[in-house]
Amino acid sequence: MDAFLIQLLTGLAGASSLFLVAAGLTVIFGVTRVVNFSHGSLFMLGAFIAWSVLTRLPREPGWHVAGVLIAALATAGIGALLEMGLLRRIYRAPELLQLLATFGVVLMVQDLALLIWGPNDLSLPRPPWLRGFVRIAEQQFPLYDLILIGIAPLMLVALWLLFTHTRWGTLVRAATQDRDMLAALGVDQRLLFTSVFALGAGLAGLGGALALPDGSANLQMDMSVITDAFVVVVVGGMGSLPGAYLAALLIALLQTFGIVLLPKATLVLMFVVMASVLVVRPHGLLGRAQVPTRGEAHAYALIRPATPALRTLGAAALALALAAPLLVGPFWLSVLTEALIAMLFAASLHAMMGPGGMISFGHAAWFGIGAYAAALAARGLAVPMPVGLLLGPLLAGVVALAFGWFVVRLSGIYLAMLTLAFAQIVWAVVFQSDITGGDNGVLGVWPDAWARDPRVFYLVALVLCVGGTLALRRVLFSPFGYALRAARDAPERAEAIGLFPTGLRMAAFCLAGTAAGLAGAVGAYSKGSVFPSTISIGRSVDALLMVLLGGVQTMAGPVVGALAYTGLYDVLIRATDLWRLVLGAAIVALVLAFPQGIAGAASRVVRDDAA
Amino acid sequence: MTVLEAIGLNKSFGGVHAVSDVSFSVDRGEMLAMIGPNGAGKSTCFNLVGGQLRPDAGRVRLAGQDITGQPPGLLARLGVARTFQIATVFASMTVRENVQVALQAHHRRSWRFWRAADTGFRQSSLSLLAKVDMDGQAGRAAGVLAYGDLKRLELAVALASNPRLLLMDEPTAGMAAEERTALMALVRRLAHGSGLAVLFTEHDMDVVFGLADRILVLNRGELIAVGGAAAIRADARVREVYLGSGATGGGY
Amino acid sequence: MKLTRRTLLAGSATLAAPAIARSQSEPIRIGEINSYTAVPAFTLPYRQGWQLAVEQVNATGGVLGRKLEVISRDDAGRPQDAVRIAGELVGEQKVDLLAGGFLSNVGLAISDFALQNKRLYVASEPLTDALVWEKGHRYCFRLRPSTYMQAAMLVGEAAKLKAKRWVSVAPNYEYGTSTVKWFKQLLAQQRPDVTFVDEQLPALGRIDAGATVAALAAAKPEAILNVTFGPDLTNFVRQGNTRGLFEGRSVVSVLTGEPEYLEPLGDETPTGWLVTGYPVDSVTDPANTAFIAAYKAKFNETPKMGSVVGHALISSIVAGLQKAGSTGTEALCDALPGASFDTPFGWAMWRAIDHQSTLGTYVGHTALKDGHGTMVDWRYVNGADALPSDDVVRKLRPA
Repeated sequence: MDAFLIQLLTGLAGASSLFLVAAGLTVIFGVTRVVNFSHGSLFMLGAFIAWSVLTRLPREPGWHVAGVLIAALATAGIGALLEMGLLRRIYRAPELLQLLATFGVVLMVQDLALLIWGPNDLSLPRPPWLRGFVRIAEQQFPLYDLILIGIAPLMLVALWLLFTHTRWGTLVRAATQDRDMLAALGVDQRLLFTSVFALGAGLAGLGGALALPDGSANLQMDMSVITDAFVVVVVGGMGSLPGAYLAALLIALLQTFGIVLLPKATLVLMFVVMASVLVVRPHGLLGRAQVPTRGEAHAYALIRPATPALRTLGAAALALALAAPLLVGPFWLSVLTEALIAMLFAASLHAMMGPGGMISFGHAAWFGIGAYAAALAARGLAVPMPVGLLLGPLLAGVVALAFGWFVVRLSGIYLAMLTLAFAQIVWAVVFQSDITGGDNGVLGVWPDAWARDPRVFYLVALVLCVGGTLALRRVLFSPFGYALRAARDAPERAEAIGLFPTGLRMAAFCLAGTAAGLAGAVGAYSKGSVFPSTISIGRSVDALLMVLLGGVQTMAGPVVGALAYTGLYDVLIRATDLWRLVLGAAIVALVLAFPQGIAGAASRVVRDDAA
Repeated sequence: MTVLEAIGLNKSFGGVHAVSDVSFSVDRGEMLAMIGPNGAGKSTCFNLVGGQLRPDAGRVRLAGQDITGQPPGLLARLGVARTFQIATVFASMTVRENVQVALQAHHRRSWRFWRAADTGFRQSSLSLLAKVDMDGQAGRAAGVLAYGDLKRLELAVALASNPRLLLMDEPTAGMAAEERTALMALVRRLAHGSGLAVLFTEHDMDVVFGLADRILVLNRGELIAVGGAAAIRADARVREVYLGSGATGGGY
Repeated sequence: MKLTRRTLLAGSATLAAPAIARSQSEPIRIGEINSYTAVPAFTLPYRQGWQLAVEQVNATGGVLGRKLEVISRDDAGRPQDAVRIAGELVGEQKVDLLAGGFLSNVGLAISDFALQNKRLYVASEPLTDALVWEKGHRYCFRLRPSTYMQAAMLVGEAAKLKAKRWVSVAPNYEYGTSTVKWFKQLLAQQRPDVTFVDEQLPALGRIDAGATVAALAAAKPEAILNVTFGPDLTNFVRQGNTRGLFEGRSVVSVLTGEPEYLEPLGDETPTGWLVTGYPVDSVTDPANTAFIAAYKAKFNETPKMGSVVGHALISSIVAGLQKAGSTGTEALCDALPGASFDTPFGWAMWRAIDHQSTLGTYVGHTALKDGHGTMVDWRYVNGADALPSDDVVRKLRPA
């Protein structure tokens, strides 16, 4: 019983920490609809700034509070700059472009923080009052945890008052419900959005500053925090602060009691919770269906078959690719192989994301399943490579079919987060299973003797990846592809002409999974090994970046995006220690220059010429 | 011959009766207008027939077949087409492709994965577009059409399934006055020409009284009158609803 | 450079004299891969360590009459990228051998690439036992004491503790689970009466420290084995301190004495923990002090464990080059087994039986000195003394 009480209090403290992490994200999303990937970076900056401030201040509680507030304000300022300098320019851009932009910011902040604060973890020396404890049930319970337990509900109430009892809050809520109406009433939305973003960023900074006494400011914080934040926000229902608190409570308590019973569950528990909640409640615990912003519904660009010019360009590129083994050495062939794999991977995501209208944050799952299926078949069953290359996509497709049944019933960010949850579950299984070799992966998956020559394997990869990409393209221009697009453009209308959007989406999901599985299988043989990191969030984000960079609304987008992203990454990582800074800046610049994606911008130029 | 028959429809939301005991029918080739002040239950009634909502009680029959509560996708296959208050078309396609995709769906060709969709139903889509006078814009992007053109395209898309019944929810909302009459006159020609039954809700009384064969009046979820234009004009209850209650019917 | 020449490498580096004929030729190129952006706290000091060593080697005339050059790449913590980079280093940069690695799976990926392409790979930091045992092969060598060795170094003193009820806390991945596994196994051999009553496995970098500490406390242990490090360790120690988890309990902790992990603990460093690490502020032997002095002179900071590994990596490779007298892969793979080299920690060699180096580490107890964590009562444990018998190794290493 005593242990139970302590665990309960610990869980409550954990819930507060999670809520502090998530509150800013849900505020920002609720109003601006920006999927702010840089939330974790703001949290990290909050912690670092707090460290810099607090180590220079006296150690009394009053000064500490002042220091924490300074850090929060500073982060809010950074948030405001971010909104004014970057996000404001792309609100009208297609959905999720903000995600791409904020990911660029994540990369930049990682290097900037390293440059400013150095590589070492910075811990704040705790004055005695921060080390204090109270005796509860004959055990020591940290005073600071008690403070945290109180802070989250207080903040919840404060934010609720802010949103319901101030003019600013009224305007913000109005903006949440109907942006265009607000604009029509002459309210300066820009100022409103900037202030909301600053508030969200400030909350992130506050979270970071409040987390500092329990640990350290370190360069891994951004990534470890961002998934937690997203999970809490989505489980709670996006934009709902009480929902976020409820979700934080649910997750933290399950976590606290869960690790006692099942210590291994730490990797996946949160995602299992999220998946379960979303299956039962498609908009989170307290979330409501999103009201689409007017005008957004018709924002889909016209899709046209390739122009003769593009066909010629494609044919020329293909001819060049076919000739590559005669022109370059093994290393460049391996780079090209990688680009081909990335191309198919991106194209598969694009198929479900573009024409299918289903965003995925967990697309690496299918890539990884394909890779593991091929690798395990090759190592465990010693099957020849062609069989492995067949098994990969097959298994990915079958699993996608099973997951898809849950996924396609959702929409928007919720759908994306459910795919993420599934991907994380797959990742955790692979990571902890002996069959898959845990995080040491499966090694020695090299091609059969006949394909071991890099030139031969390159051609195999070329045929499969280009073939897969073209096949996907062909399907997207087939009656099925049109029906799928119809279901995305106007689901009600699609139903009214006798289509069944759920079935179409399901098929698209399965198709995308299969194609990604093929990419994964090719990838396994090209690298000779498979690791859980092929299923990591980072890999899923890669796919997303490639699609968005190329332009989600064009059929050539994923191809262009994959080549641009892998090319940039590959050049930069070898050219400079600060590759994250440069890559991040490049992404931000590309977003600002080509809000429709590179291919989108190119096709626009071509069309304008034609007009 | 009766195409659509609604018998004793009831629907309430949280204790509020949105539709109580409404019965009506639409015959082949008939234009039936459904009118009433805001909150009269028109949309609910419409969605009960169109499969978006399931009635608490009552039946809906299509040419004698019970279709109560069937999903819209299935109704479409049975010959029910509809247009929406805010015209919805497939914005990422051209005008012609919009009709093509509807024709594909009607002919059960949507689950073909390989042959290019572009080549199927080219001619029939153009002739459908010609019916609504949109063939001249066949190659344009649907997302950039003027609103009146959008409405006509939506009509062509709806007609692609060669329906027996066409449900039109506020078909002329957002259009200029002369466009309204032109669109509904077109619908009337099509209905009378092909035997298509049309049920539509409408605010514009010029359209209703000028073009509907019969008019059905709802108030507070109840059917208060049904009949020809002259009968409805003369109906005391209708006059009371529209004139006595301060003419809330959209100002017309 | 004006650096002092009386470095620990003087011995091996001056042997370079005979190769006059090639002195004008190309430098010897080492392709180095590490997780510089993913794990900067450890890898940046590591980079400075090998930079210092390379400078020292070249200042004394290089190796085989040729300069030493390191072409360094960031793998971003991704094994797939590491394989591609290895391909680039071998195919484009024409490096003579590969080296580096921090994460175990990156190490294994490069090792597999090395086997497939018949290239030498000298792994610096990856701790997984698989690298030299289960998946060991002719072309792969590993410098640092492995998870087994870390556990074995601590288990002797751990067995002397009275404690019977143990709990463990380790990051939820191979390094964590494998270290716990070995420690339990080795401890059980000496102390059959010991039981492990709880085993916490927080996700790496995302420890829920309060919950973890509460769970461990609820198991009422007499001793704790800690395998967490970095930010997780700081969070764990702070919660543990405030909640009194460590009071009256023995704690055995892997890697915690390494400066990179000890420093962030600051004045909250728990005292009396039995740890492996590097007492950089109290070592007095000439090799160490010379290294520390040279490092401080160049980088204006005290070296960390990573710095030692980086430095020793170069020495260990140089030793192989000297012995082989060439840069050919096969010659090097023949020469490395048995080759000995000097490190800041003293003399070490490459074992022929499993290609593990005998570089050891320090075992001691944590203490507080002027508000900073430090190690006391330490002793250097030679890696050779922390490895199983040859018979056992042969069973563990099929190749």
